[in-house]
Amino acid sequence: MPNMSLTKNPMPAQAPDVRNKNFLEVATGYTEDMAVDEAQRCLNCKNRPCMTGCPVAVKIPEFLALVAERKFEKAYEKITETNALPAVCGRVCPQEKQCESKCVRGIKGEPVGIGRVERFVADYHIKNGKEKAIEIKKNGKRVAVVGSGPSGLTAAGDLVKLGYDVTIFEAFHTAGGVLMYGIPEFRLPKNIVQKEIDKLKNLGVKIETNTIIGKTLMVDELEEQFDAIYIGTGAGLPSFLKIEGEALNGVYSANEFLTRINLMKGYKFPEYDTPVYCGKNVAVFGGGNVAMDAARCAKRLGAENVYIVYRRGKEELPARKEEVEHAEEEGIQFKLLENPTKFIGDENGWLKGVELLSMELGEPDASGRRRPVEVKGSEHILDIDTAVIAIGQTPNPLIKKTTKGLETNAKGCIVADDLGATSIENIYAGGDVVTGAATVILAMGAGKTAAAAIHEKLSK
Amino acid sequence: MSYKIVRKEDLNPQVFLMEIEAPLVAKKAEPGQFVILRIDEFGERVPFTVSDFDREKGTVTIIIQAVGKTTKDLAAMKAGESILDFAGPLGMPTPLDHIKKAAIIGGGLGTAIAYPQAKKLKSLGADVTVITGFRNKELIILEDEMKAVSNKLIITTDDGSNGLQGFVTDRLKEEIEAGEKFDEVIAIGPLVMMRAVCRVTEQYNIPTTVSMNPVMIDGTGMCGGCRVIVGGETKFACVDGPDFDGHKIDWDAALKRSQMFKPYEKRSCEEGRCRITGKEHCNA
Repeated sequence: MPNMSLTKNPMPAQAPDVRNKNFLEVATGYTEDMAVDEAQRCLNCKNRPCMTGCPVAVKIPEFLALVAERKFEKAYEKITETNALPAVCGRVCPQEKQCESKCVRGIKGEPVGIGRVERFVADYHIKNGKEKAIEIKKNGKRVAVVGSGPSGLTAAGDLVKLGYDVTIFEAFHTAGGVLMYGIPEFRLPKNIVQKEIDKLKNLGVKIETNTIIGKTLMVDELEEQFDAIYIGTGAGLPSFLKIEGEALNGVYSANEFLTRINLMKGYKFPEYDTPVYCGKNVAVFGGGNVAMDAARCAKRLGAENVYIVYRRGKEELPARKEEVEHAEEEGIQFKLLENPTKFIGDENGWLKGVELLSMELGEPDASGRRRPVEVKGSEHILDIDTAVIAIGQTPNPLIKKTTKGLETNAKGCIVADDLGATSIENIYAGGDVVTGAATVILAMGAGKTAAAAIHEKLSK
Repeated sequence: MSYKIVRKEDLNPQVFLMEIEAPLVAKKAEPGQFVILRIDEFGERVPFTVSDFDREKGTVTIIIQAVGKTTKDLAAMKAGESILDFAGPLGMPTPLDHIKKAAIIGGGLGTAIAYPQAKKLKSLGADVTVITGFRNKELIILEDEMKAVSNKLIITTDDGSNGLQGFVTDRLKEEIEAGEKFDEVIAIGPLVMMRAVCRVTEQYNIPTTVSMNPVMIDGTGMCGGCRVIVGGETKFACVDGPDFDGHKIDWDAALKRSQMFKPYEKRSCEEGRCRITGKEHCNA
């Protein structure tokens, strides 16, 4: 008999006024009993609607059934049949828009906490499990993967298991892409990401760091050495507001602010050499997950007032609801329906304020969201000494500029078909570099699809 | 992966050279490009302009002035030791092919960065005048090297201790006034020096390329920290530069931006992890 509770087991978490002063993980994870109890809420529907919401098609009812029977390691094996990064997905997937949005239990009450149970299983395995040696029959073919973010790691994992000799090329000194430089420690601990990467290394994936494709090596050089190439370089180029004063000291792109903190461990300065300047009054511009991450980091660095400045209303915030709630609990102040018009600096070039214009919501625009319209004469100044611009990223143009015949669109994204095939034979692409900035799991799904397509192509 | 220091040489009391084994970088490097290195797990990513490269040996040479945490720690390292990360070549090469007669200006450490430009131009058959400036004669670097790659080498010192007193701008003006017709001036050195050179060349309408060296993290266009305002537009020194038209740079903004992390540099030197003694703090 399933557990008929209408609500999910709540996720244990650090108290807001404690966690907003440290970088430890906010959500501390289910206990065994909580995971079993939650898994028992699954009705094991015959048509498995949840699976249709998962970009990597995790066999959800099957793994939940195994958790319900306390067969945690078996559950882990079930998840990893299709998902190479469960500890990551359990933490950062927008389950409310994917698997859990399709869960029958969500019609009346809350859906099964699939993500929370997935995370429990992955963490259980990290703590208690043993890596089973997988027998891989090498097929003698070589695939290069460019970029070691979620998309590249997924493609590499699938390809190496199919017998390919896989080398990942990474521009930074550390593999992991946005999982390492972007998402903060308190939402996705870096040792978890590192363990997932180490698993791939143990399977035989080679990782060449400090190698910038388009600079250190060109795509055509890779073509000479590899049978196929998968490009998963993400959306790494920060967008700026293009308003006056953006070069003032104290104005960061979200990429710079987060990279200093997460990848370079700036929050541990001076133990680590990389500093991160964070003042007392911080405004983060944008309303997505990256904006929430930046705001919550600023709070943890000791800022007294941290504002999210967003030009639309609360309903329109693109961030996950959970992230918005966490931010609010931690004392982040939301300045909604406000749009920056210029940054104001002091005589030494340091940021001291931003001029904001109030907005009101008009008719829905092409995205279906109500369009913000300026309220004339509503200019006012907000005193800030730090600004973080988190209004989006576009793909890095390095590969586009240096690869002849690689088709890209007006936004600079690589053009690829549903299977990831680009305009050049045997070169595939997927994730944010194709779609523009999206989610970790969609990038993983694209990596998975392309890995299958590469296998199909090279097996002919 | 790590990168071996195959040669280390002191050029003056503060400046030293490091030749580092990095075959892939050496294979692609061109004058004007830079690398980013990180000493170890705790290190900062710091850009250094490529001073020389040997494609056959697979080495890249950088010239370093010990002024901050990373550069002082590098100064304490020896040939045979390795650094953890070394990535490049980054940035765009300096366009040199069109130049027939150039004045290359190096201010202090900038001389090291100006050297590959002079070398390449000379090899392309251009007429090369090199003007380098130092505070005093003890600090002069690369004299023989520059002599070998220039038609004329002028070394000037702020205090006149080498027999020629004045700034690089004084020497440049003299050359121009004496009738030398430069197609282009390439100025590399501290921001104030590059700005001063640009003010001179503006008067004579001589196109001038400068090399910007702002703080950056990745060096591939990702952090946007290296923003430089050029002709009213925001450019990234790492991917659009590091060379820009010196007459279009917003020098005031660049000078102010260069101060952003100054207080941290001092703190890092005093309280940062000590790589020399292995102590937790440099002052411990």
